[in-house]
Amino acid sequence: MNKSKSFRRILIYTTLVFFVVIFLIPAYMVITTSLKSPIQISLKTAWDLPTQWFFQSFVDAWLKFKPNIINSIRLVIPATLISAVMGSINGYVLSKWKFPGSNILFMLMLFGMFIPYQSILIPLFRFLKNMGLYGSISGLVIVHVIYGLPITTLIFRNYYAEIPTEMIEAGKIDGAGFFKIYKDIVFPISLPGFVVVIIWQFTQIWNEFLFAVTLTSGTGNEPITVALSNLAGGRAVNWNLPMAGALMAALPTLVVYLVLGKYFIRGLLAGSVKG
Amino acid sequence: MSIFKKIRKNKDQLTAILILLPSLILLAIFVYGFIFQTGYQSLTDWTGVGEPGNSEFIGLQNYKKLFTGLLDIRFRQSLVNTLFFTLFFIAGCLSLGLLFAILIDQGIRFEGFFRLIFLYPMSLSFIVTGTVWNWLLNPVGGVNRLPTLFNKEPWSFKWIASRTQILQFDWLQLPKYIGIILLVTLIYLSYRYWKQEKNIPAIITLVISIATLIWLLSGGANKIQILKVSETHGFNLAMIGIILAAIWQMAGYMMAMYLAGIRGVPEELREAARVDGANELQIYARIIFPMLMPITLSAMIVLGHISLKIFDLIYVIAGPDNATTDVPGILMFMTSFRGNQFAKGGAIAIVMLIMVAVIIVPYLVSTLKSEHEL
Repeated sequence: MNKSKSFRRILIYTTLVFFVVIFLIPAYMVITTSLKSPIQISLKTAWDLPTQWFFQSFVDAWLKFKPNIINSIRLVIPATLISAVMGSINGYVLSKWKFPGSNILFMLMLFGMFIPYQSILIPLFRFLKNMGLYGSISGLVIVHVIYGLPITTLIFRNYYAEIPTEMIEAGKIDGAGFFKIYKDIVFPISLPGFVVVIIWQFTQIWNEFLFAVTLTSGTGNEPITVALSNLAGGRAVNWNLPMAGALMAALPTLVVYLVLGKYFIRGLLAGSVKG
Repeated sequence: MSIFKKIRKNKDQLTAILILLPSLILLAIFVYGFIFQTGYQSLTDWTGVGEPGNSEFIGLQNYKKLFTGLLDIRFRQSLVNTLFFTLFFIAGCLSLGLLFAILIDQGIRFEGFFRLIFLYPMSLSFIVTGTVWNWLLNPVGGVNRLPTLFNKEPWSFKWIASRTQILQFDWLQLPKYIGIILLVTLIYLSYRYWKQEKNIPAIITLVISIATLIWLLSGGANKIQILKVSETHGFNLAMIGIILAAIWQMAGYMMAMYLAGIRGVPEELREAARVDGANELQIYARIIFPMLMPITLSAMIVLGHISLKIFDLIYVIAGPDNATTDVPGILMFMTSFRGNQFAKGGAIAIVMLIMVAVIIVPYLVSTLKSEHEL
């Protein structure tokens, strides 16, 4: 009895550790390759540890990607904040000020987060060109705010649904109107909702590629994802550089995940609609 | 009329609607308006010069070409690639995710650590993942050299460069296959109606399925000549590496979903089953798995719509202009923005939208309904 139980334990831990190793293999590959000098990198010795630490890759990658990382920061901060604020107010309306047809409108909004963006890409491309926003960071900010609205609204709507209606009713009886209730009752307890939404939008927009490659390629305003894909796509490169670049591109979202993992997972689960 | 009166009475309610209005208008234009434009463009011969409205209206010609035109074989293979990708990707994520969730639920130590490791790929972009896997899938280095760490011969599978195709079928036979799928679905529906004692729908579906069967047996499907020559498609083994990378990235998501589901099962329920003499295996089979079914369904829909839209990962691992690993998401991009065939690109985009809508719309509608019942 006891023996079979400890055997089971061993089996569980062995399986888990086996998969941990598998899951860490790509991380191992990025880190070791980025720390090798181009001469040290060969296909045959891909798995070996660097014989000599070569930090120059990071200096080179930083010089190469700095403008793109700045572009990404200039994109991600306003887009995240604006879509979070709009999502919060939308979620407040759709959970506490429901009106006939509001649920159907909400579903119509939600559809926008599932569509393949290819199906709106050509008109979007033309629209931005006509507005003179093609290739600009502000154009990309607008795009991310609009197509981020469904998910930010969804997360806040589900979050606010848990505020007891009595609290809102009490506010109404005290004579508070739409804005006062939001300011005094809803907004002060919104912090966890904002954390979830901001993390989610930050991760999504930082990692986004399709809009970025279509709307900024060759303009000098490319975010980091586009620059990295250009480097990794060119076959003749030294692999230490794309690997160091990949680490840099991954770092912001990875740090957010490690520090605020709990909220990251909440956003993840909210993405499957049912809150 | 009464609805409007009620609204007018309530100034705050009106404010609420006005506040929501900008978002509604933006989404109406940027989602529905743009979809309509893409749809219209796909019915013209517009090539990006001038206004699509001034181009010639050619009806469904672009779609016809995509599905039956000799030159558009690449689109058809991209559809087949997506289909197999979706199948294996979902199967892989579900089984790994469930395995991780069950193992982690066994009251183990360092639970947080294991969760952290299995979920970290989710925080990365497909571009980062793609860059790394591009290197890992190199035929001479990377994964193929893993056996050499144990003094074995390296593997020789070519991964992305592989040109082998298995599970082949003839595109000419497509009407027949669609007929068979239709037949099976109809018979299943009929059986379900019959079980629910809805006799009339049961009889109607049964009659249609008999008609389909007769049509199939009489060779009606073979008479639909969609192509002039036979054309084989199948599962390109070059997709395997991409599927592995995608599973590596998304399995943790399934683990999180399942873990949330398993933890949602009340402990009293498990305890009661234990008192009744059920062992752990039976508790999973009889209590936990049935409760995980709704989670599995919504996860399949989320994963399914991700895989039908897949773009970035393949763009970086295999390159955007790789016929063997092409998917509609990339083909649409290349056709439109590199080939200037905007009308045809629009048609591919609409096909993608329809594929996604088929799984998403029923899901959204059922969510809406279940919320009304609450």
